[in-house]
Amino acid sequence: MRAMVIGCGRVGSVLANRMDEAGHQVIVLDRHQQAFRRLSEKFSGERIVGNGLVEEFLRPTLQEKTDILFVMTDKDNVNLMIAQRVKQSARVGKVIAVVHDSILAGLYKELGVETVCPTDLVITELQQVTGES
Amino acid sequence: MYVIIAGAGKVGYHLAKLLMAGGHEVMLIEKDRSKVDLLAIDFHDAIMEGDASTMEVLKEAGTNRADVIVAATGNDEDNLVICQIAKLVFLRPRTIARVNNPRNEELFTGLGVDASVSGTKIINAIIQEQVKAGDMMIPLLTLREGDVEIVEVELSRSSHIVKKKIRDLSLPQGSIFIAVIRGGEVIIPSGETEFQPEDKVLALVKRSSEQALREIL
Repeated sequence: MRAMVIGCGRVGSVLANRMDEAGHQVIVLDRHQQAFRRLSEKFSGERIVGNGLVEEFLRPTLQEKTDILFVMTDKDNVNLMIAQRVKQSARVGKVIAVVHDSILAGLYKELGVETVCPTDLVITELQQVTGES
Repeated sequence: MYVIIAGAGKVGYHLAKLLMAGGHEVMLIEKDRSKVDLLAIDFHDAIMEGDASTMEVLKEAGTNRADVIVAATGNDEDNLVICQIAKLVFLRPRTIARVNNPRNEELFTGLGVDASVSGTKIINAIIQEQVKAGDMMIPLLTLREGDVEIVEVELSRSSHIVKKKIRDLSLPQGSIFIAVIRGGEVIIPSGETEFQPEDKVLALVKRSSEQALREIL
């Protein structure tokens, strides 16, 4: 599988490491070179320094068939804009955007943008811990 | 009209002022608290602090009764989301986004933004118009939404048509000379009119023939 991860933060870096270990072809994009320090030493994928809002840096997914794209920078609106841009390309199989604002995550899901909301996940987890589901 | 403007930067601020002077009701939404405090002296209740790309803030601003929403922040991604919420949740008829990167204009139009305005593109168009004037062809009047123009050209000594009579020239289709101004006098040209250096020539020209006319002159 060919995957691209935009945003090499705490979550993005672990996801990239795991997919790489599992033998997938992984491309990681982040605006800051330092972010790649979070990747494992064994990471064999491609690292690109750049801004996902700028078309040039989306080329790996726009021009070559990509099975899955994870858009997970720390800014909801950036993730939503990138996801909607990339979804217009027929070369990308699945696009998943991380959106922290629970209401926005729900709204864009209705619009056909696949979103994952960390806030909702934490709340669900906490409710389970306290036995209130 | 009730207009909500997101972003109290230069664009949002001046637009709000203009609309208020025109008697419209305005709400300016700004993220930066210090900016809000500063502008509150001027805007009183017509400014509020908040992130306009969230449902709560747009609701509080009364988006459900707004006629127009203008997303004028400096971030294209915020402007897109603001317009999309206004359009899709509050079902507003008119959403306008400022586009900071002109390459995003096309993307926005496909994603539920009614109109996008790119400052960069507008300034470029004006500069190009000025550059055209710089090569001596000055647009005086535009007719039929830009299809036809009256242009003025001052002939230099090196112009191809100097010392030539109009009947000896082959003018491009869709263009005609309408007047020659020579030393303050207006000459209505005929086939016998011979051009001299420093003549100011007025021509009526179709936009499609403008380039061909420029080449002859």
